[in-house]
Amino acid sequence: MTQGNEVAYPVVAGPEGILPPAATVMGVPLPEEGEGLVEGRIVSEQEALEDAAIALLTRKNATLFPGPLVLWGWNDHTNEKAKYFFDVANELPGIRIIPMPDYRPIYPKIDPEAVINPCHPNLTIWHNKIEACVFIGVHCHFANITLKMVRAGTNCYTIALCAEAGHEDAMCSVPNFDIEKLVRFRDAIIKVKKNGIKPLYEGKGIVPTGWAQISRLSGKTAEKPKDELLEAGVTGAFSHELETGLDDTAE
Amino acid sequence: MIHVLMSSDYLMLEAPREKEFITGSEAAKEAIRRANVDIAIAYPITPQSETMQQVGYLYAEGYIKDYYRGEEEIGVMSAVAGASRAGVRVLTATAGPGLMRGMEAIVSWPGARLPSVLLVMCRVVNTPLAIQPDNVEISYLLNAGGIVLHGENQQDFYDFPLAGFMTGEKPEVTLPVAVAVDGFFVTHARGWVNMPSEDLKLPPRNCYHEAVPMMDNENPPIRISRDAPIQKSNFISYQMHASWQQEIWAAQERAKKWLDRWLGGLIEIVNPKAKTMIVASGAAVSQSREAVRQGEEQGLDIGLIKVKSLRPFPGKELDEALDHADRIIVPEFNYIGWLSKEVKSAIKRSDRVVAGPRVFGGMTMPTELILETITGIKK
Repeated sequence: MTQGNEVAYPVVAGPEGILPPAATVMGVPLPEEGEGLVEGRIVSEQEALEDAAIALLTRKNATLFPGPLVLWGWNDHTNEKAKYFFDVANELPGIRIIPMPDYRPIYPKIDPEAVINPCHPNLTIWHNKIEACVFIGVHCHFANITLKMVRAGTNCYTIALCAEAGHEDAMCSVPNFDIEKLVRFRDAIIKVKKNGIKPLYEGKGIVPTGWAQISRLSGKTAEKPKDELLEAGVTGAFSHELETGLDDTAE
Repeated sequence: MIHVLMSSDYLMLEAPREKEFITGSEAAKEAIRRANVDIAIAYPITPQSETMQQVGYLYAEGYIKDYYRGEEEIGVMSAVAGASRAGVRVLTATAGPGLMRGMEAIVSWPGARLPSVLLVMCRVVNTPLAIQPDNVEISYLLNAGGIVLHGENQQDFYDFPLAGFMTGEKPEVTLPVAVAVDGFFVTHARGWVNMPSEDLKLPPRNCYHEAVPMMDNENPPIRISRDAPIQKSNFISYQMHASWQQEIWAAQERAKKWLDRWLGGLIEIVNPKAKTMIVASGAAVSQSREAVRQGEEQGLDIGLIKVKSLRPFPGKELDEALDHADRIIVPEFNYIGWLSKEVKSAIKRSDRVVAGPRVFGGMTMPTELILETITGIKK
């Protein structure tokens, strides 16, 4: 795919309406290796990473949504990826981390401060007033259905860092997102800050959300994440701890 | 048995090929031999039975890990879903009434994002019962959500299943693929088929790089299910289901890139500048090729577009390729004319489309019939 400025269909932060079309049906292509996709336009990978960094640093209540492929300790690669995920988080002042631990809808009521779910993602985004977010480690099917709903009903700027081919329905997406690209993303965040982008929440660390509540729901005592854990970006902070998951039948 | 794993590109595009004069069923068998299939499940029905019998030989020779006859088509198509869900490469085949019976399960595959290949050997489906060629059954597949390819001849019945496995298993696609051919004309007749060495085979399915997680009970957390129980009566449930359906059809769009790569385009164009263009799929393409040749002998300038992929439908490609045409003839082997409806809905100035000629119920399509439609002169 050649790079260019033509946009078949602009994929921008919504709310776009009740049922926006899938961007690929409107002619938005997927990026090739070395490229990124920003608002329906093919750009270089570096440009996409920097645009994503600026959105996360400057928009309100930016949040990382790690999905099962980062969240759970499937294998050594997952654990390693989780470590580099925290390296990225540590460069984003005031960032929140709210996991997408699995894909089944949570009824009768989701705890929007604890989790995001692909069946009703906007409940989490609306509740937390999230205006920029990253989906990482989410299986492509569930990422895509989520991205369309978020674009339909919220003003959230969506970033999909995809281990496979990327996502047309995200405002910003980079394909084949492996550990090397996580490192490059961290470096891009450092670069844009050095170049003068002032973080909206400068001086703040990771805002404790998500895992503390999940911990409580899984029968453990809720506690504030230890500062040293956050600072160290401990490998697999989520791994092997939540086997029972959420009880979505609980009233 | 030596069987060497090769890349998809090498097997489809680069490996040296040799010609063999074989039936369509044998061509499909040779595709499956090279497709690294884990399991083949089917229930016999004419004219599919011979192909699955051929596939049975592959099981006996060790090319397929498991092979069995299901209890009937609903059971077969449900078992195919289970196998695909478990992450293995799965093949099935059916025809006519068998496809109709299995349809309830088949339409559930795309939403569940279940890659597989379904071979469809088209035959009459309606009463009075007959086993003769008629491809009306394809019209039922067109709205199911999966990829639908329509092969013209024995060569296509070799190439399309391989392209189907590779395309359907791409992470951004993750869809089932139906490869239809017109029964008997293709399955039981012989034709020349170019194939690479039988020692080569595709890499195995990589189920951990697809759009949904596998149902793998050995990897935690097993509760990551793709079957979201979203049957609630509220807007959120409706919206989720709507977005899910959009994603199925979006995945079809993404398949175009890979079908282009491995099939050499979604369409093939013969004599592209002719003012009279024929658009056909399946066995009607072979008859149309001959009509084009005979027309040339008579001084008629006729072009032909072969539609290889019905889903995703090459609407944009057809619109561009037909923009110059004064008349567009769409010959079909069915009564309802599903292809002419598709073409009309995809192109500008659809009144140029002549929806026919059509034969059905097992009739053949004489080339004279196509030429008479073009010239308006009956001989």
